Parts: sequence; structure tokens; C-alpha cells
Amino acid sequence: MTRAALLVLADGRFPAGGHAHSGGAEAAVKAGRITGAASLEEFCRGRLHTTGLVSASLAAAAALGLDPVSLDEAADARTPSPALRTAARRLGRQLMRAARAAWPHPELDALAQRFPKGSHQPVVLGLTARAAGLGPADAAYCSAYESVSGPATATVRLLSLDPFDATAGLARLADDIDRVATAAAEAAARAVTEGVDSLPAASAPLLEVGAEAHAAWAVRLFAS
Amino acid sequence: MHLDHSHDGPAAVSADARRPDGTRRSLRIGLGGPVGSGKTATVAALCRALRDELSLAVVTNDIYTREDAEFLLREAVLPPERITAVETGACPHTAIRDDISANLEAVEDLEDEVGPLDLILVESGGDNLTATFSRGLVDAQVFVIDVAGGDDIPRKGGPGVTTADLLVINKTDLAPYVGSDLARMSADAKAQRAELPVVLQSLRSADGVREVADWVRGQLTAWTA
Repeated sequence: MTRAALLVLADGRFPAGGHAHSGGAEAAVKAGRITGAASLEEFCRGRLHTTGLVSASLAAAAALGLDPVSLDEAADARTPSPALRTAARRLGRQLMRAARAAWPHPELDALAQRFPKGSHQPVVLGLTARAAGLGPADAAYCSAYESVSGPATATVRLLSLDPFDATAGLARLADDIDRVATAAAEAAARAVTEGVDSLPAASAPLLEVGAEAHAAWAVRLFAS
Repeated sequence: MHLDHSHDGPAAVSADARRPDGTRRSLRIGLGGPVGSGKTATVAALCRALRDELSLAVVTNDIYTREDAEFLLREAVLPPERITAVETGACPHTAIRDDISANLEAVEDLEDEVGPLDLILVESGGDNLTATFSRGLVDAQVFVIDVAGGDDIPRKGGPGVTTADLLVINKTDLAPYVGSDLARMSADAKAQRAELPVVLQSLRSADGVREVADWVRGQLTAWTA
């Protein structure tokens, strides 16, 4: 029931498996779409306004108390790439373990029982925020920020990028993160009356295509 | 009453000795150490030595390939369904120490899919001398170094050398060729580790893994006692 719970949940060191995933950055680096700090920032901006908005809306809706099973179906419908659906469920399962240790809650237990191999990560994230006493806007912020912090950290490792440049890029995205989180929280509130189908369904085809190619690589540093 | 033991109790988090259905889980032993010291070869030799007497499985943590898992598959030390590879995102020590979630998922899936298991060996990706396993992931850990990596490694210490439950100094057959002083390595290791055991091993000789296999059997006896 404290705002500081958001800091715990959003901490990059929160042990929920994210460190092994690049959010599409590894495929984009290989394809030559991310070559340095400037193109990383643009990649993150694009991811934020597409995948990031969808994830943040799902998280906000789960935090608001919408049916997580319906939200999980909505996440499937908004994720064309089977590789990304697999990654999202794996990360959801890993987050669930940390969430239940940090903020035990019957709704988390129920979702874990319904999806023993994992529900989509944004749905678990929203329910985790709810269990921690946080609101839909908090969940949306956490999800929106994660959608860019993951690729930024991964690219620092992949390109030996100057970490100060990568972090400065994240800081420049702060206004965009505000806008996306606000839009996501509003969409979640609308979904209470209009249903989960009304949630944003923005897509980034290159992320989907890149994820499918990446999943077939024999040699890679990141799981997705 | 069954519900008390269901998947969903917050108790089923990581290091719990009980499975969600109330049965005792397998013993989990981690093997860590620098790149090329012989972790995978030791795992393969342990599998060959123990597979007829124990139900076992292996989790590998490759850094950027599936080569360790594929080596074990190629050597056919275990059926393929008993070997799982975890991807670590360029940080092998994170996956065994700071954020163990992917490895826990792997060991739980192995118990679900091929269990019941007596023993799961978790092999870390090759890393540095500070890489140790979380007690939330493994019950005991082996640190594998080799004579060719420099005979000053035991003296230098570090968490792996000083705190692992078993220190293995591998490739003793190479000592004359690389100018490593085995007696000095052994004495330095004992000085660093007080009562903790040290094994000098060469997998080139027949039954070279026997001492480590016996140590594993001892751990298992203690776990199931």
C-alpha cells in the first residue's frame, strides 16, 4: 500500500528473468537497424508506442481488476509471433514467482494455477501491481518503462555502447513514456465498460518478424 | 486438505525441499568455474558414473550457444528429454545467482516432465572466479578449475575457490606440460578452504570422476536422510 512498491517492482534488478531478453534489440542489431545510441533511441521510441502501449494497457487493465484470463486472450490476439507469445508467457511465469514471494495475494495464486506455464507478462505485471497495492497508472508506467529499458540494457552489451549514451536516450524518452502510460491507463478505464477488445492493438511488424528469425538462430546472446 | 499442498501456496517459491504435491524434490548440485576448466566434461562423466543407480537430469547455462547441451546430447550421456539449456543474456552469473528464475523454471519442468528425479546437475556458463550459485537454486555447489588456467588460482581465492562445497582441480595430467605445481595448488587450496574438500582429478584416466561421484553420492545420502 505504498508508492515505494513501484520502485521495487520497476527495479531492473527485480529477479523476474528480464536480463536474458533483449526486447528485439539483438535481432535489430544484427539487421543493422540499431547501430549506435541514436538508432537505439529511435528503436525504443517505436517499441514504446507499439508493443509498449499494448503491454502498458494490458498491465493497467489487470491492475484495475479486469478478468486476467480475458486479458491473457487479448494479449495472445495482439501478439502474432509465436516466438514472442512464448517469450511473454515465460517471462510472465518468471515474474509470477518473484511476485508471489514479494506480495503474496490470492489473485496471483489463482492466475498461477490457471496458467502453470505462465500467463502473458503484462497481465502478470498488472496483477502484481494490484497485489502490491499499486494502481493502474503505476502498472502502466512500469510496463511502458520496461518496454524501453530492456532493449537499452541489452544494446549496451551487444554493441559495447557507452552506457551513459544509452541512459541519456532513456531520459529523453521520459515525455513519451508519460504519454504512453497515461493513454494506457485511460484505455484500461474505458475497457471496464467497453470490454477488453477496446484495448490498444498497435503492432510493430518488424519486431514480430525479427523475433521469428531470432528464435531460429543457432548462436545468440539473448533468449528473445 | 489437498489444497494445502497445492501449487499455489506462497511456500512453493524456490529453495523449498518439497514439491507442490508434498513429495521431496530432487537434490540440486551446481557446477561452476572458468571457461574451459572442464565443467561439461565433469558433468558428462558424472552422468555416465551415476545414471544406472540414480534418476538424474542436467540443466546447462550456455552463454551464447547450445554447445554444452549439444555436447551432452552428442555424447548421449542421458536421454535428450533429461537435458535442458537455459539462455542467460550475456550474464551467466546473473542466471545462477542474482536472478535464478529461468533456472528454477528449468529444474521444475524437468521434475514435472521426466521425474521423479534423485539429482539435477546445474552447470553454469563459463565465468569468472567470483561466480557462485544462489542457495535458492542449488543445495550444494562444485567449483571446477584446471591446472592449465594457472597454478596461482587457488592462492588468489575468490568466492568460488574459497566457499564452494567441493573444489575440483581438473586436468592434472596436463600439469607437467604447462609447468603447474600440483602440490602447491593443493596446499594453497587447502589453506583457502579450511575443512572444505578438494579433489584433484584427470578425466583422461579410467574412472577419473570417481572421487567427485562419491562426493555426490554422499550429498545425496545427506539430502535423503
